[in-house]
Amino acid sequence: MTPLLSVQGITKRYGPHIGCADVSFDLYPGEVMGIVGESGSGKSTLLNCMAGHLTPDAGQVVFDTRTDGPRDTITMSEPERRMLGRTDWAFVHQHARDGLRMGVSAGGNVGERLMAVGERHYGDIRDKATDWLGRVEIDASRVDDRPTTFSGGMQQRLQIARNLVTGPRLVFMDEPTGGLDVSVQARLLDLLRGLVRDMGLSAIIVTHDLAVVRLLADRLMVMKLGRVVEAGLTDQVLDDPQHAYSQLLVSSVLQV
Amino acid sequence: MTEYNFAYLDEQTKRMIRRAILKGLAIPGYQVPFASREMPMPYGWGTGGVQVSAAVLTPSDTFKVIDQGADDTTNAVSIRTFFQRTAGVATTTATSDATVIQTRHRIPEEPLHEGQILVYQVPIPEPLRFLEPRESETRKMHSLEEYGLMHVKLYEDIIRHGHIATSYAYPVKVEGRYVMDPSPIPKFDNPKLRDMAAIQLFGAGREQRIYALPPYTQVVSLDFEDHPFEASKADHPCGMCGATDSYLDELIIDDIGGRMFVCSDTDYCEVRQAAGHKGKDAA
Repeated sequence: MTPLLSVQGITKRYGPHIGCADVSFDLYPGEVMGIVGESGSGKSTLLNCMAGHLTPDAGQVVFDTRTDGPRDTITMSEPERRMLGRTDWAFVHQHARDGLRMGVSAGGNVGERLMAVGERHYGDIRDKATDWLGRVEIDASRVDDRPTTFSGGMQQRLQIARNLVTGPRLVFMDEPTGGLDVSVQARLLDLLRGLVRDMGLSAIIVTHDLAVVRLLADRLMVMKLGRVVEAGLTDQVLDDPQHAYSQLLVSSVLQV
Repeated sequence: MTEYNFAYLDEQTKRMIRRAILKGLAIPGYQVPFASREMPMPYGWGTGGVQVSAAVLTPSDTFKVIDQGADDTTNAVSIRTFFQRTAGVATTTATSDATVIQTRHRIPEEPLHEGQILVYQVPIPEPLRFLEPRESETRKMHSLEEYGLMHVKLYEDIIRHGHIATSYAYPVKVEGRYVMDPSPIPKFDNPKLRDMAAIQLFGAGREQRIYALPPYTQVVSLDFEDHPFEASKADHPCGMCGATDSYLDELIIDDIGGRMFVCSDTDYCEVRQAAGHKGKDAA
């Protein structure tokens, strides 16, 4: 089986500082990979390198494209990479405001990706947008409202709808539940789990919330100071952490 | 007339502007940056158009200026006088006699012919500006042909108004490639951009951009399949000349709701009146 995404030796430096160093892993179709670690451990740098937002100093990110098979996305041309960014890839930002157009209605936000790939029928775009709002549990009557009138949880769900409307195969998520209260987090996680299972999505989720990876991720990587210190099946890593830092991370979670 | 170089600008500046114009003609719809000069008029009064006119005028040209279609408004009169004094060129108000026509916000009703140049004054040349404020990003979007966002604007129009309510500066796609702002002409004029026999030049002074449409260029107004582009105008005949095919201005004539509609193109209206056409409000 060809991995959907094969990351080899990704290294990114900020001057003398290490963003992330020599990270390698394979992600297979339908698999969800969690990346955990403390602030500054290089999680987001790694995610941005993989999603094409940052150019790594070394390494390869090989994606199994629909048309040409496995291709290194770092050396492919910018138009091709940006095309991937709005078709096969999706990126969910931590802050919904970074991923939404706040001055454009909810329907317009969801429809933007459709229009970006050439959809030119207003009725179809609107039907798809309304359908997707339903799938992320936003009432269809809010389709013409701007995201500024939405609560934080709704904005985050809208961002997810906007990203998934073109049927991507790989979703990058940067702290998707950060900044939401716990009950909203739970609903969002439930929703994400359903969508990931139903659509057979592969996902890479960066978070420092162990509950998120416990629920969503099949596999887990623990990062510290830019390097992967432990990787394995989620339950295995969380129940029997081997590295000192993983042990610290797991034991730091408050048991209520 | 010895104080100024011909047409106000010095020859090196005109050369620089002509190079930008030629590049613009070679890549229809592409915004060419140029070193816009300070002109003896405020930004927003046509400094871009004036620089383009100065660069293309020759002593044998006949010059016409229109402002919202009219030859007799402040902007039109002052720019016409400016070139009368600094270039000594002949001026006219008749569309067919002019070789260079500088315009603000209209295309003349009378079809232009080969050999004429139409110079537009452009306030904001970037059609994506109000959707994407970053210049670095809009340039990238143009170079990679990422124009989905333009349709988001039209989509927002439909949800808010039930139809595409953008009525001026209606975005167009040139030769299947660049999305272009046709300057704030009413969308009634958009179909005239296409396959025009005259050269069309667009100058934005403050934003320092020049773009162009060579003669007989394919220009398509953006729309949705189920909400097609429609060139619209007030549904009245002209009150002075009775024309039903021209773009109309609405004039309030008293304080009890009286109004009349007249051609915005004054030359077109006067020629028709001289030929004996009479509207219902004609004295």
